[in-house]
Amino acid sequence: MIIAIPLDENKKDVCVSFGRAPFVLFYDTESNAQEISENPAAQAQGGAGLKAAQFLVDHHTNILITIRCGQNAAEVLQAAETAIYEAQGGDAAVNLAAYLEGKLELLSHFHAGFHGKA
Amino acid sequence: MRLAVLSGKGGTGKTFVSVNLAAAAKKAVYIDCDVEEPNGRLFFRPQDVVSAPVHTLLPQFDAGKCNGCRKCVDFCRFHALVYIKEKPMIFPDVCHSCGGCALVCPQKAVSEEKRPVGELEIGVSENVTVVTGILNMGEASAVPVIQEALQTGFSYAGLTVIDCPPGSSCSVMESVSAADYALFVAEPTAFGFHNFQMVYELVRLLKKPCGVILNKADGPYPPLEDFCQKEQIPLLHTFPFSEELAALGAEGTIAVRKNEALKHTFQNILRQIGGENAL
Repeated sequence: MIIAIPLDENKKDVCVSFGRAPFVLFYDTESNAQEISENPAAQAQGGAGLKAAQFLVDHHTNILITIRCGQNAAEVLQAAETAIYEAQGGDAAVNLAAYLEGKLELLSHFHAGFHGKA
Repeated sequence: MRLAVLSGKGGTGKTFVSVNLAAAAKKAVYIDCDVEEPNGRLFFRPQDVVSAPVHTLLPQFDAGKCNGCRKCVDFCRFHALVYIKEKPMIFPDVCHSCGGCALVCPQKAVSEEKRPVGELEIGVSENVTVVTGILNMGEASAVPVIQEALQTGFSYAGLTVIDCPPGSSCSVMESVSAADYALFVAEPTAFGFHNFQMVYELVRLLKKPCGVILNKADGPYPPLEDFCQKEQIPLLHTFPFSEELAALGAEGTIAVRKNEALKHTFQNILRQIGGENAL
């Protein structure tokens, strides 16, 4: 199973933005391997959430752990049967451990998108 | 002459200036590009109104022909298409109707269907042809309705007055791009000045000749006046707060059709910006 977490510039903390996070952490629960990739959507002119969601789907992501997520991205991830869990902020490794211990909840609120406004 | 009336901040008097300039000309067409809340028609009360729907094109994918090659998804620079379970999926609000996906599809699996996004109303109010763009509620982009309103309005002779939406975003740029002159209506307040500077920056990039009308002025406001002087933007006229204008506006009356002195004022503004042929 592949778990993805958007990361800040420091490649350590969970990024508050999903679509425009500079990096994404991919963690494979079977091999325990982890990989940090640049998010190709970070500088997109528009549709960053959609592009980032596509990036996750192309990586066969099963679980996304994020602080927030827009409606369009959520629709893509739901169509691809990727579950979205709510991150608690701070260190990504702590959030990953919390998820594996069953302590994170499904994200229930999806914002309408900031579209360059925030 | 094609004249775009802009403000940055909403509620400064774009419609007041646009409607009265058009009404003060010999023959004019007034195009309401503030398609989210078009209100010029409340003043003009146009007669013999005909309406026409405005559509955009939205791609449809024939699942029988699509072989999942992904060329359309990779082509879309707006990211309106995503690739899920080996099929494209469309996000209509993000689509810009460019038709690129249909062009690049090797299987000819993409067709474009018309999707209604708004309508135009075209009518006449004495010397003015009134073209009103109306965006359907909930639509994300005003641009298709603005394009259609401009195209229709430009087919009529006379002075063309484009009543632009507030702000300085895509819909404003679309409205002002085809104009020969940009007329700003600014409020002499900190907020009015700030938003005026934003839309002025856009107009400067587009290299349009421009001038300013101050509205609702209850005294001098040096920051704005100094800025105009420094940037060499002519200050064409100042309208003070006026109970008479407020009362005429509140009852939906076109001021220059009631007040001869005001008609001369608006005709003078037209003369100052090279619109004397329209008188």
